[in-house]
Amino acid sequence: MSDLNLDYSLLLPEFVLALTGLAVLLADAFRKELKVGRSMLPWFTVLGAAAYGGFGAGWMGAQAEFAGIFAIDAFTGFFRVLFAVTLVVVVIGSHEYVTKQIRHQGEFYAMLLFATVGASFMAGARELLTAYVGLELLSFSLYVAVSLAKDDKRSGEAGLKYVLLGGLASATLLYGMSLIYGTAGSTSYAEIAANLEHGAEDLRTPLVLGLVMMIAGLGFKASAVPFHMWTPDAYEGAPLPVTAVLSATSKAAAFAVILRLFSGPFLPVIDEWRGTIAVLSLATMVVGNLIALQQHNLKRLLAYSSIAQVGYMLMAVVTISDASASALLLHMGGYLVTNLAVFMGVIAFYNHSGTEEMSGLHGLAETNPFLAMVLAAGLLSLSGMPLLAGFTTKFLLFQAAANGGYLWLVTIAVIMSTISLYYYLKVIRQMYVVLPDGSQLPYATEPSVPQPRWSMSPSSLAVTSVLLVMILVVGLYVSPLAIVADNAAKALFAAA
Amino acid sequence: MSTSDGYVLIALIVLPLAAVLLLMLTPSRERGGIIAITGISSFAMFVLSTYVFMRYDFTSTEQFQGVLAWPWLHNVGFLGDDGIQIKVGIDGIAASMVLLTGIIVMAGTWVSWKVRQRTKDFFILLYIVVAGVYGSFVMLDLFFFFLMYETAVLPMYMLIAIWGSTRKEYGAMKLMMMLVAASIFIFTGIFAIFTEAGIGSFDLTRLYAAEYSREMQIIFFPMIALGCGTLGGMFPFHSWSPDGHASAPTAVSMVHAGVLMKVGAFGIIRLGIQVLPEGAQFWGPALITVGIVAALYGATSALKQTDLKLMSGFSSVSHMGYVFMGLGTMNVVGMTGSVLQMFAHGVMTALFFLLIGGMYDQSHNREIPNFSGMAKQMPLWAIFFLIAALASLGLPGLSGFAAEVHIFVGAFRAYPVVGGLAVLTAAITATYLLRMASQMFFGEFNARWSALRDITWAERAGATVLVISMLALGLWPSPWVDRIATTLAQTIPGVSL
Repeated sequence: MSDLNLDYSLLLPEFVLALTGLAVLLADAFRKELKVGRSMLPWFTVLGAAAYGGFGAGWMGAQAEFAGIFAIDAFTGFFRVLFAVTLVVVVIGSHEYVTKQIRHQGEFYAMLLFATVGASFMAGARELLTAYVGLELLSFSLYVAVSLAKDDKRSGEAGLKYVLLGGLASATLLYGMSLIYGTAGSTSYAEIAANLEHGAEDLRTPLVLGLVMMIAGLGFKASAVPFHMWTPDAYEGAPLPVTAVLSATSKAAAFAVILRLFSGPFLPVIDEWRGTIAVLSLATMVVGNLIALQQHNLKRLLAYSSIAQVGYMLMAVVTISDASASALLLHMGGYLVTNLAVFMGVIAFYNHSGTEEMSGLHGLAETNPFLAMVLAAGLLSLSGMPLLAGFTTKFLLFQAAANGGYLWLVTIAVIMSTISLYYYLKVIRQMYVVLPDGSQLPYATEPSVPQPRWSMSPSSLAVTSVLLVMILVVGLYVSPLAIVADNAAKALFAAA
Repeated sequence: MSTSDGYVLIALIVLPLAAVLLLMLTPSRERGGIIAITGISSFAMFVLSTYVFMRYDFTSTEQFQGVLAWPWLHNVGFLGDDGIQIKVGIDGIAASMVLLTGIIVMAGTWVSWKVRQRTKDFFILLYIVVAGVYGSFVMLDLFFFFLMYETAVLPMYMLIAIWGSTRKEYGAMKLMMMLVAASIFIFTGIFAIFTEAGIGSFDLTRLYAAEYSREMQIIFFPMIALGCGTLGGMFPFHSWSPDGHASAPTAVSMVHAGVLMKVGAFGIIRLGIQVLPEGAQFWGPALITVGIVAALYGATSALKQTDLKLMSGFSSVSHMGYVFMGLGTMNVVGMTGSVLQMFAHGVMTALFFLLIGGMYDQSHNREIPNFSGMAKQMPLWAIFFLIAALASLGLPGLSGFAAEVHIFVGAFRAYPVVGGLAVLTAAITATYLLRMASQMFFGEFNARWSALRDITWAERAGATVLVISMLALGLWPSPWVDRIATTLAQTIPGVSL
């Protein structure tokens, strides 16, 4: 790496985002002096995120590298847009929630912005330490964000649990990285790949140890079993918008790092880690789905269901190839839209009812049919039902893994996916089959009694409508997203 | 049938979905609007279905007619040229099934205007099912076939759990979980077929032409047969069917037993026998065994039932057993009988459920021993019921006879013992149906039911349409036989006459 490319404009999207974060913090701190209202903060955030996403999309065709540590290509661009969409959706969809439930609004928005900066660096990193610093930035921002809920003791508890376990995981990851550095002699992905290609046999033990520790550290961020223990508690305690970010941005960023690592530097030693990831994938989908069956709290249910999703996604890492990566990125796009729809729906419901228990949903189909439809579509899409995003992207993901020679793993994934339908149907049953007063519906030919209705805030309505449409669009007209994902996957392998 | 008729096939899927969209935009209190939308769209579906059936040209040597394809996703990831397409086209089997769907949906829509709980939502979900059913019959792309197949199954949970009766939530969840669990096998089968074919395309016609090793066919044919067979009520995975039908609302039972179970049997032909013929040859005897056991088991179980709908549900298991038996014979006569039986059982069982619903809505009671002398109180109801029962037990001149004769001949040709057992089943069927008829229709009238009225005009109209179809197939089966037998002889390698 003699000629370092120090073209700072390549990092413009991240600069915009970081500066917006600072601006939001300062604007909040000097509200009176600057005469800006609290209500301006989400607007700043949305503008910053939109600019970030816009620049990211604009640079999607680029093939550049910053100082040999950060790639600006279709892959980075894909994730930049993904993160930007998540941020915009979460900020708009949780506006009412934030004004009611969040203690420090300036910090809340700033932390989400900084977390996204970290995630963005994770997606683009082509060097171990850059990836690590990005991961730490993401984690630290989220440690704070998780504990920002007003009047909820669980929030502080969740923050503490998350920070302690997160610290342990990050130490493990860093130790793993140092072992890899010791084995391969470099922290640059390109050089690690080259050196491991002609790797010396006598360095196998530190290599395997390093790989295992890195998988553990990254597995923690992605909440793969057995490193998932923090997930349900953090999801439950965190304010709902933060939970949404945990399940979307944080998870996608972890997968971006995993894909960059396992498609490039670690590809020469695929036999050393393939079995481990396969077992991880199997354990994650089985444990996530089986424990989800017993949940009564919506957040915990979604936590376990998101763990289960990680299991499916890891299958694409096991069978890593540009076709698998393409299917995984597509699925991630579909999953993101679906998951956000569910979370935004739950936020809207919580704003009205103040409960996040499954049983609290009864009769929603009578009192707010649109919200019930959004939640039902989101949950059915999560379980992979047709006409919706989940069916199409999951089908392609599974087929990709089957093509990679792992039909047995795919079969288990399909079984688990079927089990997941049961717990999603339990939620849907509450909304549709039970009446608002908890009683059963009368016989079909008897006239129905109209129930009083309530409506969501305009911001929630707008966000959930857009997401519902997107779930259908991804489900029925997938090709634009699939082409973008395919280009990203090709860029990933071109860089490697 | 010309290529431009492919647009009619597309219209069959678009029409119910357009109705769904219109219904969503109609306020729920506008009952008139809901009735108008569903009435017009279901009639249009019936007309188009009939048109498709008539236009199918069985003298042509083209296997699929009205073929139209639009690219949907290709050259991305593992997909090559023609990766996934929206491709429609029908063969003679699909043509018959499309006609069946048109008839049953129209009759089912008429009798559902009675529903007064969330009427709009009911039709939205029902028409999503209908779109899925049509899609399964006309799609010639494996991905879209399966997408449509699942679309047809999915809304069943809500349709039964919300609008059903007696143990509806149990029935709904059992049905849903069993059918989705069965889909695991189909998923696995599809993944295996795609990987083994190695052409990077889900185009069914290209997949038919691809090579599959004999071992692979033998491993994966039973998966497809089990997966699709469960939806077709195949023994021993039939148990969702009586419970599900017993708790489902009338039109849902009609559509489910009338056409959705046929989608299952159709899936065995489309995915199993046509893609993996060697596997089908190998497993044919097993399919026959399962079929004859189901026929006998369903009939003897129906003997014991006192709930009308449960009796009808087990009767469906028994009749679908004939279908699998016919498919297993692997000769054209037997398999033609299978498809005829799919049609015959569809209209016959729809009529049963229509009539049972027409009475249950008033009496909230379905126990056979509670009724007697009903022919005086509800004469039309009793007459229609008797016609359905006679068709069910295979009276010549009605639909069941045409179908069963083919199956029995095919079975005798393949395995004479099986043919004998099949005839025995027909005798048991006659026993439970005639016993039920004599108990319910004749004898002293039970005054408890003096408030019951004969079936409504909508139900009379629906029943008439169904009876006409039964008579048509019974008296003049050649339009069906021509279409089905030609297709079978053309498309299935290794099939004997």
